[in-house]
Amino acid sequence: MVSNLSGMTAKSFSPTTDPEIRAELTASVRKWVEREVLPVALALEHADEYPEALVEQMKEMGLFGITVPEEYGGLGLDLLSYIAVIEELAAGWMSLSGVINTHHIAAGLLVTHGTDEQRSSLLPRMVTGEMRGCLSLSEPDAGSDTRNISCRAVRDGDEYVITGTKAWVTNGERAGLVALAARTEEGITCFMVEKDPGVAYGGITVSKNIGKLGYRGLETVEMLYDAHRVPASAVLGGDAGVGKGLAAILSGLEVGRINIAARAVGVARAAFEASIKYAQQRHTFGQPIAAHQAIAHKLADMGTQLQAARLLTEHAARLRAETGRAEVEAGMAKLFASEAALDIATEAMRIHGGVGYTTDLPIERYFRDAPLMIIGEGTNEIQRTVIARGLLKRYAIEE
Amino acid sequence: MNVVVCVKQIPDPAVPGELTSDNRLKRDGAKAILDESDSYGVEMALQLVDKAGSGEVILVSMAPNGEVSGLRQALAMGAARAILISDDALAGADALTTSKVIAKAVERAGGVDLVLAATESSDGYTGTVPAQVAELLGWPSLTFAKHVEIADGKVTIQRQTENGYDVVAASLPAVVSVTAGVVEPRYPSFKGIMAAKSKPLDQVTAADLGLNSISAGQSIVSVDAAPARQAGEKVEDDGTAFERIVTYLEELKVI
Repeated sequence: MVSNLSGMTAKSFSPTTDPEIRAELTASVRKWVEREVLPVALALEHADEYPEALVEQMKEMGLFGITVPEEYGGLGLDLLSYIAVIEELAAGWMSLSGVINTHHIAAGLLVTHGTDEQRSSLLPRMVTGEMRGCLSLSEPDAGSDTRNISCRAVRDGDEYVITGTKAWVTNGERAGLVALAARTEEGITCFMVEKDPGVAYGGITVSKNIGKLGYRGLETVEMLYDAHRVPASAVLGGDAGVGKGLAAILSGLEVGRINIAARAVGVARAAFEASIKYAQQRHTFGQPIAAHQAIAHKLADMGTQLQAARLLTEHAARLRAETGRAEVEAGMAKLFASEAALDIATEAMRIHGGVGYTTDLPIERYFRDAPLMIIGEGTNEIQRTVIARGLLKRYAIEE
Repeated sequence: MNVVVCVKQIPDPAVPGELTSDNRLKRDGAKAILDESDSYGVEMALQLVDKAGSGEVILVSMAPNGEVSGLRQALAMGAARAILISDDALAGADALTTSKVIAKAVERAGGVDLVLAATESSDGYTGTVPAQVAELLGWPSLTFAKHVEIADGKVTIQRQTENGYDVVAASLPAVVSVTAGVVEPRYPSFKGIMAAKSKPLDQVTAADLGLNSISAGQSIVSVDAAPARQAGEKVEDDGTAFERIVTYLEELKVI
């Protein structure tokens, strides 16, 4: 009964945030994006300049604490609210959603796996944005292939000594807390490494910002750990967490994938909305181009893809909130939404024609930003592998 | 320092408006929003109370059907509580009726030092309510404030004029209408938005305010579309066009 996909996830969902509140929060972010982000996004993105002022406003709004429980000063919002916020940010400027993504993954790791002491010490600083979190799993030779992780942590008395090189660390320089995957004797362990923001701290050196096609304005760096010492209490979950970091991080990455899907929905929405507006304004052969079937059909496909992407993303978020895991569904949402965003951004370029190719409009930015989502948080090729593996397990036949 | 801010909840200007059969703006459609021109008063009030170090910002709004959407936006910004007057008897109320209701609500709020209002609403545009409220309360009326300061029991404003501003002062309590731009309204924090739902809301009728025989006070006979803009005068530049433009601007008394 492989066709009966609905049977996979027939669960009753109970999101916790009042839908009315969620709608108000989303509307508030949308208004902020329209007024504060859109007027400056083009220039900041082209200059690859970090949006300092916007990030300060994001802190004031409380965006760094939205998923953290109220007992730690956060807002305790559900995942559906989180992805609604991410969609709004990404619809304005995708990079802004990256400012808080790994921060929330790191916070989520603490909430789910941290010791009481770790939670009460770190989370109250994180919710205000005073302490920024990031996630560091990938290495030059280890991305989705986590078996290749070579960054090592060796116990030395009450400390661990960390040595290795980490790649593709978003927010690595500005972070004050790194959720770091390193190999210990017992297996992969997640360390919550505190540091001062900046290019060097203890044995940590941060490379300069890596130039990128899109996703500009916020730093993506390499981080070198040269016998950097951390207290043994930095192990996520304390002694009990030694060797159990990979499962925790991979579970956290599900939220990352749902985040990427929501970003893709945001970029896709921006590209679609710009296109459907332009198609009614731009006239050729005596009529708006939307009246030409060639364009109208593109709009129909774009709108359909966008809707499907959003529903898959919301579904994954609900499932994760309800059951704590959504590996297959998060992968499906990430896969579909990111491919949809790339398609929609490309079609937006075709609909806009020459003006879409100029740097005067954000169409070229959507076109450059969309590929991040097919690659980030596990390439779509890996997503398909994960999805297939999950489905085969779920639908295994008895032999 | 207790400040009342008069806030109007209006139909979303982004949605095309409709008229009822008796020529009034239809207000029972989509959710109402906070009149943006009132967000300046809310921000000003929050800053004044903050500076004073004590007191609260109280919202007063008159709206049909127990509408609170716009009030919630202002509560999310930081106002402490709200008084909502919602009464079918007030449907289509004219400016004076509205002012009578608001003046009574200000009295109900109790211990008010200052009332702030926008210079005019974005849907009705009469621009007369703040002065009428002041008259009904017997308080000084200061209008078109682009800057407000409170000190020693006095309010001092910069009153926007065509050429600059006048400095106007009055003793408290007083009613001040503020222009857009008096301060930059804050974005509500997420915490503020979440807290707004549980802030005290005192919903009353006209009778609760002691206004037992009150009615709209007006009927709208007809509504006509604004006349289409006339075609302008075209000036072809033959080298002397600037002279004609200067003359034209002088006739308009803009230069």
